[in-house]
Amino acid sequence: MSLLINGARLADGKVTDLYLSDGVLADPASAPAGVERFDADGLLALPGLVDLHTHLRQPGREDAETVDSGTDAAARGGFTCVHAMANTTPVTDTAEAAEYVQALGEREGHCQVQVVGAVTKGLAGEELAELGMMADSKAKVRVFSDDGRCVSDSLLMRRALTYVKSFNGIVAQHSQDPRLAGPTACCHESEWSGRLGLPGWPSQAESVIVARDVELAALTDSRVHVCHVSTAESVEIIRWAKKRGVKVTAEATPHHLLLDTPLVASYDTTFKVNPPLRTSEHLEAVREALADGTIDIVGTDHAPHARQDKDHPFDIALPGMLGLEQALAVVIEVMINTGRMDWPTLVQRMSSTPATLGQVPGQGRPLAIGEPANLVLVDPTARATVDATASKSRSRNNPYHGRDLPDPVVATYWRGRKTYSR
Amino acid sequence: MRHLLGCADLSATDAIAILDLAEEMQQVQSRPVKKLPALRGRTIVNIFFEDSTRTRTSFEIAGKWLSADTINVSAKGSSVSKGESLRDTMLTLDAMGVDCFVIRHPSSGAAAQVASWVRAQVVNAGDGQHEHPTQALLDAYTMRQHFRSLGNDGFAGKKIAIVGDLLHSRVVRSNVLLQNLLGGEVVLVAPPTLLPTGVENWGCQVTSDFDSVLPEADIVMMLRVQRERMAGGYFPTEREYTAGYGLTEERLRELKPGAGICHPGPMNRGVEISSAAADAANSLVLDQVASGVAVRMSVLYHLLGSDEGAMR
Repeated sequence: MSLLINGARLADGKVTDLYLSDGVLADPASAPAGVERFDADGLLALPGLVDLHTHLRQPGREDAETVDSGTDAAARGGFTCVHAMANTTPVTDTAEAAEYVQALGEREGHCQVQVVGAVTKGLAGEELAELGMMADSKAKVRVFSDDGRCVSDSLLMRRALTYVKSFNGIVAQHSQDPRLAGPTACCHESEWSGRLGLPGWPSQAESVIVARDVELAALTDSRVHVCHVSTAESVEIIRWAKKRGVKVTAEATPHHLLLDTPLVASYDTTFKVNPPLRTSEHLEAVREALADGTIDIVGTDHAPHARQDKDHPFDIALPGMLGLEQALAVVIEVMINTGRMDWPTLVQRMSSTPATLGQVPGQGRPLAIGEPANLVLVDPTARATVDATASKSRSRNNPYHGRDLPDPVVATYWRGRKTYSR
Repeated sequence: MRHLLGCADLSATDAIAILDLAEEMQQVQSRPVKKLPALRGRTIVNIFFEDSTRTRTSFEIAGKWLSADTINVSAKGSSVSKGESLRDTMLTLDAMGVDCFVIRHPSSGAAAQVASWVRAQVVNAGDGQHEHPTQALLDAYTMRQHFRSLGNDGFAGKKIAIVGDLLHSRVVRSNVLLQNLLGGEVVLVAPPTLLPTGVENWGCQVTSDFDSVLPEADIVMMLRVQRERMAGGYFPTEREYTAGYGLTEERLRELKPGAGICHPGPMNRGVEISSAAADAANSLVLDQVASGVAVRMSVLYHLLGSDEGAMR
């Protein structure tokens, strides 16, 4: 497929033509006369977005999401690469399991699927999974995470951090002290948890693990990535650790940028997520950290759930919410439209830095001649009311349903192929 | 008001109307024939996902004395263990044409969720650690009767001490919200580990010094403390809990004359309340139980009794 996109504005403000040919960006001057054209006047062209934190649910819960439907949602959201988390059934904790998911991605993906391997066997937090074999497999796993569960054992975390150094791996931690925030914890510990009678999830249950992990990263001189930072305390610790030169990176989810604790007062389980929605002072700290680079990337934590797993009382329903389709919309609303962030920084947070952390060649690259044709066309002013039933995901746990938000994604191209258009 | 989900949804007018009608309902209790025809032909399902003797029986009697058809469903552990969601369980029963669900559930918010799913009206008979509005209403009713027996009316200036495991108690949340409407002055007493987060903003006094409260309290309401809290590290031993927060015989003597003793039950005699206190002349524990039926009759009548089923 060949396509000439005319007059697109890049993140840095330059207006240019982009010629997509054979999966790469070629010189627009070389485009033949009759080539298909797309008039991108008024639109931004950004490198395809990269998500370091996606739950595709396949294998195991194909009723909630599949590689096909999840990556379709990703393309709808402007993503050209997602990282499939390991907490599937079976768990991605062997080379075989990793290659299976990778092959599914190659066959059915509407974007590139990079595999995240489990840190511990069966996510049980007891013994290391076969990290090296996953790294050496065809899936070339570089990111390891027990996400959904915390690697809470300090010694095991130390070993994991040390072990992955030989293949330049990165451990992505779900920071939740399992004693301070146990399995029933479901509401930010605050006046809200007290009033609603919901088991509290104190922000310190996150920050004590973040503090421990940055110390372990310093001890092992290895790299730790903090998933879904949700609290002001974690932000402060990460800021301090970075100042000391610790190899720590961090991510913020769209929902922890926009949605706050009072939403759970309705006991609507769509708003149950782990870590929980926090209060406004935490949201403000996370936004500020994403703007100043203390938080390096946006990761969606796209977590589809079938209706029957959400139609339970609040403390029993599964935690998690959709994120891929509205991630860019939320970041535009919270960060760009408020003047907190400019477009080049957004590209770093949502494309180039996540691609670097995930070590994905060909993703997060600048839109320049010779580069892979992974890009998203964005209308920065379009808005729409979010409709959960219109989702490409198989699930409907969309926390933005009914909200007026930017509706930026006009078209997505992956390896030169159109994977979504409005 | 279509449902009674919590005292948070009540206005002072609603609350007083319920208490006033309960007085009329209580007179029915002293009649040889206790039935009123008010809710004839209406169907009330008491669905309890958690064990309860007094609340379930109280609601059942209340419904029957109003001539409603009351059906008890013990659903403890049934839905999740069979893989059925709470929503499906409730929609199934709703489809049978039920007029009102009285629901008890171990999860906070369950009654509100159910109310958003079903056609029937919903009365919250206790949801997790959130609210238990009819308990607070019957407590208020009992207190009001008690104050009247001492020759004064109303809650203004009355000090109501609520003592015990406030963190895990739905009774305390409903009582504080209701007393904020009625004008009673609530003092919460608990070890710091058993205080809910943000309790300082509930509009009542909070202390861990029970003894300082005793001489001023008009009502002392003792809450059950569950033994499993000890395993959770909330306090070291039963003995230490009783020493600090039990209504012992010694503390009983420090109460001012006429102070009423309440307990929503079931009581742990010897732990949070001594037998001397439970059986004292000024113990209102059995009055609470008796009030329960009258107050629940009043609530059911308010919700279901008028043509539109609206509480006015």
